Amino acid sequence: VIGEPTLPLDEGALRALVPRVLAGLVRRGEDFDAAEDALQEALLEALRVWPEHLPNDPRAWLTTVASRRLVDARRSEAARFRREEAMYAEPRPGATEEGDDTLFVLFCCCHPDLSPASQVALTLRAVGGLTTREIADAFYVPEATMAQRISRAKRALQGRRLNQPGDLAVVLRVLYLIYTAGHAGRVDLVAEAIRLARQLTLATEEPEARGLLALMLLNHARFPARFDSEGRIVTLDRQDRGLWDTREIAEGVRVLQSALAARHPGRYQIEAAIAALHDDAASAGETDWPQILAWYDDLVALTDDPVRQDPAAVLGRAVAVGHVLGAAAGLRETDRLREVLGDRHRWHAVRGHLHELDGDLSAAGAAYADAARRATDVAERDHLVRQAARARAGEPYPMP
Amino acid sequence: MPKYLLLKHYRGGPDPHHPFPPMDQWAPEDVEAHMAFLKNVTRQLEENGEYVDARALTQERTWVRYGGPDAAPVTTDGPHPETSDLIAGWYMIDVESRERALEIAAEVSSEPGPGGKPLCEWIDVREVMWERPQTTDPA
Repeated sequence: VIGEPTLPLDEGALRALVPRVLAGLVRRGEDFDAAEDALQEALLEALRVWPEHLPNDPRAWLTTVASRRLVDARRSEAARFRREEAMYAEPRPGATEEGDDTLFVLFCCCHPDLSPASQVALTLRAVGGLTTREIADAFYVPEATMAQRISRAKRALQGRRLNQPGDLAVVLRVLYLIYTAGHAGRVDLVAEAIRLARQLTLATEEPEARGLLALMLLNHARFPARFDSEGRIVTLDRQDRGLWDTREIAEGVRVLQSALAARHPGRYQIEAAIAALHDDAASAGETDWPQILAWYDDLVALTDDPVRQDPAAVLGRAVAVGHVLGAAAGLRETDRLREVLGDRHRWHAVRGHLHELDGDLSAAGAAYADAARRATDVAERDHLVRQAARARAGEPYPMP
Repeated sequence: MPKYLLLKHYRGGPDPHHPFPPMDQWAPEDVEAHMAFLKNVTRQLEENGEYVDARALTQERTWVRYGGPDAAPVTTDGPHPETSDLIAGWYMIDVESRERALEIAAEVSSEPGPGGKPLCEWIDVREVMWERPQTTDPA
């Protein structure tokens, strides 16, 4: 789009410019906090001006306007800055690669010294180009609270060296956090996370980045089947697989294969492989559980003490064990987690599922009820209450 | 980021750590100090980016129930046993963890009482359920 003046610039293209312009400003020596504020103002200006008059080079335009804002801010601050005229100099276009810019800003936003909530908020604003209002809506907090969170995060970055490579593992975790925060308010954080992960895969060859993108796509593909028309949760084994997004699955599988080809597996690639096996089964009965179990074995082998360091993986593996070696074996696996996950709803929900697989409806009913009492999500709580009531009434949940 | 409701009670809950008279019997400067402290808690939460809401409730309570078809709602406003729970107000916060929520609750509970001594009031900490579609299938 850039450099083609006749093309109208849509919102996505505009937002894609955000990390590039910001990276240019920060690399030039601007303070991250001030540069980010200036860019937000430039974006507002762009939304006002561009519909009438789209600049030839939108990126240079944003850089120039943001630079002027920075200069204005400095001028109004004090007269001691007299070097600002240099700031009008346009950056050399193409001086840095687009991918480098995205990665650079992601590393700033996902600085390990920031709290996860701050990393998420800053990433959505400085890389995603969302407004503070949109981010606040997505997390159901007042705009002032989100504004405060963002400015604290930016202040925390002051004085930090931002020119060295950051921690990619943190970036991946932040993007996954954004993904799991879900579809809320007017902003679809799932789509946003997928967009950011896609940008990241253009910026790095790291297979885990592609693993994360694949995981998001392969999970998201099932979204249309995850709820019935009443908004009730439909579990994986009962979903209408015809509703799954085959195009998204195909892309996810393609991305995953290219990641696995690097022969450097990690948790996101493994989780994506498990998701792909579910997506690949024409019916729940055709699920390749032995293969899923093999991937879970790899997943728990990534940590020295999986029960403490990655209990979610051990719990997922227990389900696979239940399907491959029998419900009793699966339940024994969950026993190892009692101390770590015993107060979490998912542990009880999995045990309910395994008891049911075992044909023990009364134990299943009790486990589902325990799970419902601990649920932290309304839809899940409702689902578990229904499961408990059904199991206690002696009605089996048809197992495929 | 989980949300928590920190509930303050006029009465109810565990036995008080130490008894204290109702606020209208405190020395005026103690009342001022108490209110200034709580205002500062709110300001601190705002500055931290953890604030969602804070409200106080009046003491008046009316219990209402369905009265049946074509009947007016049935109400009762007392008398209530002195021990029954009566919520005074809440803070809603959006924090990193349960530990952080407990920390903030303890901070609220350190509010100064008569003579500036911490009240050590019991705070009821409750997690708010999410209402949003799941992005992954449960294990």
